[in-house]
Amino acid sequence: MIVADRKKIPEIRDMIKDHRRVLLVGCGTCVTVCLAGGEREVGILGSALRMALRLQNRGDVVVDECTIERQCEDAFIDLLAPRVSDYDAICSLGCGAGVQALAERFPKMPVYPGLNTQFMGILESQGVWTEKCAGCGNCRLGEFAGICPITRCAKRLFNGPCGGSRDGKCEVHPDLGCGWQLIYDRAANLGILDRFERIVPPHDWSTGLDGGPRKVVREDQCIAGLCSRG
Amino acid sequence: MNEEPLILAFCCHYCAYAAADLAGSMRLQYPGNVRVLRLPCTGKLEVNYLLAAFERGVDGVIVAGCLEGGCHFLEGNLRARRRVERARQLLAEIGLEPERLEIFNLSSAEGTRFAEIATTMVERVKRLGNSPLRPDPKRIEHEVQEISRQAEAMLAGEKR
Repeated sequence: MIVADRKKIPEIRDMIKDHRRVLLVGCGTCVTVCLAGGEREVGILGSALRMALRLQNRGDVVVDECTIERQCEDAFIDLLAPRVSDYDAICSLGCGAGVQALAERFPKMPVYPGLNTQFMGILESQGVWTEKCAGCGNCRLGEFAGICPITRCAKRLFNGPCGGSRDGKCEVHPDLGCGWQLIYDRAANLGILDRFERIVPPHDWSTGLDGGPRKVVREDQCIAGLCSRG
Repeated sequence: MNEEPLILAFCCHYCAYAAADLAGSMRLQYPGNVRVLRLPCTGKLEVNYLLAAFERGVDGVIVAGCLEGGCHFLEGNLRARRRVERARQLLAEIGLEPERLEIFNLSSAEGTRFAEIATTMVERVKRLGNSPLRPDPKRIEHEVQEISRQAEAMLAGEKR
């Protein structure tokens, strides 16, 4: 899932303080699960912002709250659309995709981010999320015993650890496991260490960081005439 | 301080609420500024309850749960402590003094301690002054009653 965390109250307050009526929009999907932008967090942020604005003598700013099931899909944003004309700004508690989906849907409405979108990751333990995928568009987990060197190695090395790997830990942080130690240990358990005898060629980043925003098109799923590769 | 401070106390049914009752039975004197709101456990408390109280203008909030290790629901009071800490961080970001919110642990036999806690918080809040978010003095009691009413409704399973 996409993991995000809340921006500090003063930063959000300063973004919205020049508006008169602001709608906080939460998202019921990833950011609800990572406790950053679901219905409860929207309620907390709404309360906090109203107080922060009153303390800045901007108590006249109306801050209302709502949460939709998924901000990154127009069909769900439609449910919100009738309310939006009552406001002059939106503060989204969705991920960056949600913020931009709202901005595209409401061209004349300023849309502000309430969260800092962090990464795609997993719940490690209650209240702790860690990054697992960089969305590089060219998954090679099969070559690395199921552990991604792009996200798990601080240097994104493809051919073994660097000199900063000590006792299974990365030099970047004492609590951070060395990605290559994890890959090695798992490969040893699987009995596939011989796989590392050949040099791995450089990663093809053309599927990831190249060529502007990426697009996935499933033509068999597209409604005729509405499918575009542009 | 212009007005007498008003303090809301979220009290666990199994300890602090009974301790407050005991304080009354013992005829102990403590300031009359504390309004008690009973919870089935402090683990029921959420950050938005605490913020809702401050938004309505109360000057201070007490969260009173069981002694650590003595929670009727095992770890509700430990969860409450972390939520109170989170709410204090938010109060600092908002621009209110985090000291207006405090969590205490006590047993149901500690009527005397409940009276001490009430006195301590009233004195602390008097030093800090009235909350800058305080509405019209006539409305504040109404706001507190409204919080209690909403909390009772939520506990009764009604939808907000």
